Amino acid sequence: MGNLINRRNIVALLGIVLIYALVQGLIVTEIMPPFFKLTIILITIYIILSTSLNLITGITGQFSVGHAGFMAIGAYLSAIFTAKLHYPLVLGLIVGAVVAAIAGFLVGLPTLRLRGDYLAIATLGLGEIVRIIFLNTEYVGGASGFTLASKITWSWAYWLMVISVLVIKNFTNSTHGRACIAIRDNEIAAEAMGVNTTKYKVLAFTIGAFFGGLAGGIYANYMYIIQPMTFNFITSFNILVMVVLGGMGSLTGSILGAIVMQVINAALAGFPEWRMVITALLLVVMMIFRPTGLMGTKEFSLNFLRKKGESNAA
Amino acid sequence: MGSVTQQIIQQFVNGISLGSIYALIALGYTMVYGIIKLINFAHGDVMMVGAYVGWFATTVLHLSFLPALLLAMVACAVLGMLIERIAYKPLRNATRIAALITAIGVSLFLEYGGMLVVTADIRTYPPVFPDTMYSIGGITFKYGDIVMIVTSVVLMLLLNFIVQYTKAGKAMRAVSFDKDAALLMGINVNNTISITFAIGSALAAAAGVLTGVYFNTIDPLMGIIPGLKAFVAAVLGGIGIIPGAMVGGLVLGMTEAFVSGLGWSTWRDAVAFLILILVLIIKPSGLFGKNMREKV
Amino acid sequence: MLLKTENLSISFGGLKAVSNLNIEINAGELVGLIGPNGAGKTTVFNLLTGVYAPTEGQMLFEGKSIVGLKPFQVTNRGIARTFQNIRLFGDMTVAENVKIAYHQHATYTTASAILRLPAFYRGEAEMEKEAAELLRIFHLESKAGELAKNLPYGEQRRLEIARALAAKPKLLLLDEPAAGMNPQETQELMKLIRWIREHFHLTILLIEHDMSLVMGVCERIYVLDYGTTIAHGNPEEIKSNPKVIEAYLGEEVV
Repeated sequence: MGNLINRRNIVALLGIVLIYALVQGLIVTEIMPPFFKLTIILITIYIILSTSLNLITGITGQFSVGHAGFMAIGAYLSAIFTAKLHYPLVLGLIVGAVVAAIAGFLVGLPTLRLRGDYLAIATLGLGEIVRIIFLNTEYVGGASGFTLASKITWSWAYWLMVISVLVIKNFTNSTHGRACIAIRDNEIAAEAMGVNTTKYKVLAFTIGAFFGGLAGGIYANYMYIIQPMTFNFITSFNILVMVVLGGMGSLTGSILGAIVMQVINAALAGFPEWRMVITALLLVVMMIFRPTGLMGTKEFSLNFLRKKGESNAA
Repeated sequence: MGSVTQQIIQQFVNGISLGSIYALIALGYTMVYGIIKLINFAHGDVMMVGAYVGWFATTVLHLSFLPALLLAMVACAVLGMLIERIAYKPLRNATRIAALITAIGVSLFLEYGGMLVVTADIRTYPPVFPDTMYSIGGITFKYGDIVMIVTSVVLMLLLNFIVQYTKAGKAMRAVSFDKDAALLMGINVNNTISITFAIGSALAAAAGVLTGVYFNTIDPLMGIIPGLKAFVAAVLGGIGIIPGAMVGGLVLGMTEAFVSGLGWSTWRDAVAFLILILVLIIKPSGLFGKNMREKV
Repeated sequence: MLLKTENLSISFGGLKAVSNLNIEINAGELVGLIGPNGAGKTTVFNLLTGVYAPTEGQMLFEGKSIVGLKPFQVTNRGIARTFQNIRLFGDMTVAENVKIAYHQHATYTTASAILRLPAFYRGEAEMEKEAAELLRIFHLESKAGELAKNLPYGEQRRLEIARALAAKPKLLLLDEPAAGMNPQETQELMKLIRWIREHFHLTILLIEHDMSLVMGVCERIYVLDYGTTIAHGNPEEIKSNPKVIEAYLGEEVV
């Protein structure tokens, strides 16, 4: 425990609590307009989505364009448990995340041999298949989806986001995370250095899918209604844009990317076509001039607060 | 002829028409992938632009089928070359992910930019063909079916001729095989790539016009699903391999026709993706492809 | 007998890249594998490390078969390798490159990492220490925080060897370790190879084209041509073997 108590972590914790308290205060005193609240909660959901996709694509190098599929599974499963079967929210969220994780495991295994473009297309196809399955399932309302009560508050969304990001960060900054990065960097060398590449690719997919599903569950229990078309390829692509914009391999980047994209979305909410056109242009321009994204592979770190000799690990 | 056999052959005919559209689009995907190893996500949307140009030609300029077709093909050839020069050329040495993301970006730009320009309203093609139906042994062929099949076949034969017997075609094959060696042999790689895009886009435009004429309605998002399915067809046949795209397109079209015929049309799209997954898992190099090893 | 192959063969399509290879290596030996370009030397390494599966024959390491093992399992058994074309993790630091090889000996689980349990901190501290020690031996300690892709070529080659050693192998396979080195660097490399054999109690099998290194450092040499051994013996015997000279026709055998 002693390792965890240092200047950096204390400052970080203070910052995290401060943000929570600030927003919570604005909500409780009803100063915050509903549209802002919606945007802020969507930001937390997309932060979970972008960081979890980053784990799969940025850190482990497995190009996945079907993340909306995991989100859909989490959304529908948790909605079924909370709205149809009347179980408590916590259980619904956990079930959604776990089933999504299982899906991630099942996706990870057979797609192992695929590289780059092929893996991208395969994951795209799988994401679409998931959506079409829900589209054709009457129990969950088919194309019109179904409605449910909104039980997610700012507290739920924020702290779940903090936990998610922390888990992913702790995983990445460990030998297991390094194994994943090695796979991304040079898979053959990683294998030669004793890394079980199969295990880690599947693990990355499973953990990434878990949090994708969790985000989906939070989304479903906040938005009053879920429909298959929300979880289409465009959504997967939007999440990918957030990861790429922030810098693949950088968790801070993913957080930034999610914030930037959602702010743009909110600002242009009245003009959906313009929003897409601008996003598309932004993307193309960024790929041409700064493909490494805002942060590259670097992280924002509080290392400048480190005492001399203190390790990087915490 | 027995009614079941009749049904099957009817689906077969429907499948060939559908399949020839997929084949025309798939050819563009496969040629571009063969030459610069890029999945041109925007290709389906080029088909959409072709459909709109064709609509404009028939509705506003009152041209007949062939001139409209030619106009669309030329327009999209130019569009394809522009896209390549502006968006893909700068990324020729970038990572595959960057190139793929750019392609998706171009695709979205065409779709939603299109919506801004022509609005999301559905347009209808004027009746370009007579309504005649032919019946052989209880199986119906529309006039449109025949035009579609004949046009596709003619275009594919033309493509084959260009690729096999012209200098440009030889250059295309050389650059697909080894870009650097082709460069060293004095081939103008940039022009060859442009020509490849031009031809591929022209074929997509033809598919767009045929779709518009056959199915009557067009909208800015019409290229997405056929584009994805044509990509599946290209992968099925073996990406980068021209005959593969033709065969893949036909197989996919017929499979889809059968699935619809069996009454599962809401699952039609899923079937295409399922085929994709199966191909990628069982034999990623496709029906006609060879396995390539990475050198250690 | 540490390593033994029996009639090891592999064919790619119609081409038999390696045929009926029979080599034996005892613990502690320093053995060379030489031959003209295309003779199949790297293919042998790829067979031994599980990258390729043999079409015929047997490979025994410490008496147990290693045929059919995946590369990471071969590494776990105690065989590590370097690559002909350097395969470092370019975007990771020098220290991280070395730590990867320690991963298979990692003492904490994913759960410990996520929950930041004491086992995580202990494990990381240990890896940090061992990596630092290894880097010190290879004179790379000052570059520990540098990205591997930014190192000069010679240091990259050293790092590649250091990383392989971090895997704590019993048998080290070096694939053309002297490639691109000048005579002085090669001399230092020879000293290094002898030294690590002593210090780490290793057995070493190396592929090399630089004859001064091979003749200077190897106790025994196998000569490969067109996938089969054409000669086997100590440096003196190999130097004067007419078949070897013929295979290398035109090359200076110093």
